[in-house]
Amino acid sequence: MKITLIFLILFLTNQVWSQKYSVEKSSIMFFSKTPVEDIDATNTNVSSLFNPTTGDIVFSMMMKEFEFKKSLMKEHFNEKYIESEKFPKSTFQGKITNYSIDNRGEQQVKAVGKLTIHGVTRDIEAPGVIEFVNGRAIAKSKFVVALKDYDIKIPQILWKNIAESIEVNLEITYKPL
Amino acid sequence: MILRFTILLVLLPSYLFAQDDLMKEMMANEKPETDYAAATFKGSRIINGQSVETRGKGQLEFIFAHRFGPMSGGAYQLFGLDQAYVRLGLEYGLTDNLGVGFGRNSYDKTMDGYLRYKIIRQSSGAINFPVTITAFGSGAVRTSPQTQDAGYAIELVDRMAYTGQLLIARKFSPKFSMQLMPTIVHKNRVDKTIETNDVFALGFAGRIKVSRSIALTSEYYHRFNVGSTNPYYNAVGIGIDIETGGHVFQLIITNTRGLTERAFITETQGDVRNGDFSLGFNVTRAFQVKKHN
Repeated sequence: MKITLIFLILFLTNQVWSQKYSVEKSSIMFFSKTPVEDIDATNTNVSSLFNPTTGDIVFSMMMKEFEFKKSLMKEHFNEKYIESEKFPKSTFQGKITNYSIDNRGEQQVKAVGKLTIHGVTRDIEAPGVIEFVNGRAIAKSKFVVALKDYDIKIPQILWKNIAESIEVNLEITYKPL
Repeated sequence: MILRFTILLVLLPSYLFAQDDLMKEMMANEKPETDYAAATFKGSRIINGQSVETRGKGQLEFIFAHRFGPMSGGAYQLFGLDQAYVRLGLEYGLTDNLGVGFGRNSYDKTMDGYLRYKIIRQSSGAINFPVTITAFGSGAVRTSPQTQDAGYAIELVDRMAYTGQLLIARKFSPKFSMQLMPTIVHKNRVDKTIETNDVFALGFAGRIKVSRSIALTSEYYHRFNVGSTNPYYNAVGIGIDIETGGHVFQLIITNTRGLTERAFITETQGDVRNGDFSLGFNVTRAFQVKKHN
């Protein structure tokens, strides 16, 4: 009896611990700013799972889901720079630290983990904000990606049009799974 | 002991490999995606003829094409560069799959208008389809010769020609694409001693990318119902595509000089066996005139 009870408690705790959050609304934007041309694109079809108890977080997105103002930009992005036929996805897996699920209001946090773009995986650290409100978790982050870190090459003829470092702007609303 | 072991087992999943497990769990829940083939060809033209590609919604493409004189003219004619036929054209993407275009070719002073519609796209994943199919239809009016100069009665309907094509393409790999083009060209008025009103043809085209921005292309149109008195040849050409941002440059060697379907599919005058080749180029410039969503 006692043992059964212990098991039950253990199982329950395990269930509570794995109460995960999945995406309700997502937007990952990137900006490339040069004197010649400003380019921005948005992906609103991001997959992510977040475990607020442990802080573990994972992302995955299809690079072809980035939408641009010019259709030719999208074609070049996929065909020449990101090579999305070879590397269709970008992923991140890591941990968010420095927050409490019981705190109200925005909390400054830090995300640490492995970011994979264009088939290249790198350890990154990004600042961000998380807010728990109405049973939802809202995560925001801004960070910079240097193209050469991910082996993304810009042809010489276009080096004035595309920035060497791209600003990434992320906003995800999570709901319990 | 057994109890402790069990506790450990129950607890382990939530501690070990949490992020890997989270990643696996997420992947398992993802809906299967459909991956559509993009950029099967770089331009809306391969050599002389059309490709399956449509312009994106709200994109206006200016097409500027030249076909020079025969290279056999030698240095005196600068290998044909002293004479050129020009086609100026515009194509606009009404939607991502429907385009409309028109242009004027100085060869036979022909004006043409066309519609192209991408019926189905090559895809893999949730939806699997092996090829991209685009329907192409055009009407063209040949304004040369002028009515008073013709020497015979000629009306507007006599000047008209129509083309219907199915463009069927497959991108075998990011580097290699092929296209088949079953084609019918109808000409309202022909010299029946040498030609028929309807010409049936099948086109073949291919592309090999040699770098991110450079590709080699080729194209051949084979006519089927050709009589023994027909003085024309099948159109063939090879080219090189160079892409730089919003421009595509296509440098071409071909045995035809017309740039509308009537002219290059049914009235090509260059005999390959005689080495009747001309240089040419197509240059396109794309403008996004309406925001793409």
